[in-house]
Amino acid sequence: MNQTRTITEADVWAALAEVPDPEIPAVSVVDLGLVHRVQLDGQRLRVELLPTFAGCPALELIRASVAERLAGMVPVVEVEMTFAVPWTSDRITADGRRKLRESGFAPPPTGESAGRSLPIVGQRPTPSLHRPQATCPWCGSADTTLENLFGPTLCRTLFWCNHCRQPFEQFKAV
Amino acid sequence: MSAQALDTSVRTALAGLLLAMADDEFVLGFWDSEWTGIAPLLEEDVAFASLAQDEIGHAQALYQLLAELEGGDPDAVAFGRPVEGYRHARLLDHPRTDWAFSVARRFLYDTADAARLDALAASSYAPLAGVVAKLRREETYHLLHMHAWMERLATGGEEPRSRLAAAMERLWPDALCVLAGVEGDDLLVSAGVLAEPMAAVRRRWLAGLAPELARLGLPTPPTGPRGACRGPDRSDDFRWLWEQFTMVRRSDPEAVW
Repeated sequence: MNQTRTITEADVWAALAEVPDPEIPAVSVVDLGLVHRVQLDGQRLRVELLPTFAGCPALELIRASVAERLAGMVPVVEVEMTFAVPWTSDRITADGRRKLRESGFAPPPTGESAGRSLPIVGQRPTPSLHRPQATCPWCGSADTTLENLFGPTLCRTLFWCNHCRQPFEQFKAV
Repeated sequence: MSAQALDTSVRTALAGLLLAMADDEFVLGFWDSEWTGIAPLLEEDVAFASLAQDEIGHAQALYQLLAELEGGDPDAVAFGRPVEGYRHARLLDHPRTDWAFSVARRFLYDTADAARLDALAASSYAPLAGVVAKLRREETYHLLHMHAWMERLATGGEEPRSRLAAAMERLWPDALCVLAGVEGDDLLVSAGVLAEPMAAVRRRWLAGLAPELARLGLPTPPTGPRGACRGPDRSDDFRWLWEQFTMVRRSDPEAVW
């Protein structure tokens, strides 16, 4: 295939922004902040992704979708998962948070509320202080109750909205 | 520090530590997955399934680190060893038993594991520090959940309280095994891989638990574990579990997934 112009890192990021999360397709791997590093060196492209949760069964699916989308952009494409830095929910972009809300997921509390929100590492978490809190993605009410710290996937927590009386899920703060 | 930069004796000690930690997480994950469908509350079916899935994921990350250090295939290490080859602590040889027993076991394990992860958070072995940073964030949820259940059972009336206390009595000697010395942990400490010897990690863990145990009026730990902490002798219960989790692989070890 004749390439009309040289592939740039911006092209790679644009391609990555088209790869949906397999469980919440409204958000992309870029929206979720999963892309740790893009290294483009002439004919060689290396992309490093961060696992949201170490045990997430979708990791290989995400890695393979990214590799498939980038295949052919340059002759050599490598896509790998890395623990070089921990993925945290603060990496979700403002766009990502909006798209989560529109898909019916409460976005996680951000680091600004650190001290009262999760995660607390290196100290004993206190249920009264560190209970996750969420705003209902359906009606916007803050009058919500934590139903279960754990949900249908590793990255979600279950809530109930006392105002519109609907269950909803929050993307976990980690 | 990279794997190549490690002294041979440090590398051997680190491999031992990684295998012990990975096996702890792996075996606990399989035991806790047994509650799926039969936990006392629907919420706990979901929670314990999630906890178990987290632990299997943590084991996978640790087996992967071991493979990067020593070569080999993480899946073969996880599923391909004989019963005697597993290095999990004796605490994980018990079956799930009743709910109070599983809660007590997980509480003791999670709090001990948190102390161990604290001692590895600033590890000079960068790949391990990276994985530990991730694990600590996820384990926060486990701790939050287990502290809440301990409170609930200890203050929830005579039956849950006596079941919990009995489970703690039975589990304490084996719980101490989670932070029993790792062979060569002095080498790991001098290389900066581990912040302090396991004996010190264990003291810190027990000191941290003391106020909560006193407040809830729960059994306190005996002095030091006795006997071998990490095999090779195993309970019949673990032998049964091993049969279960290796069954598929043993049916066709060469199968490609």
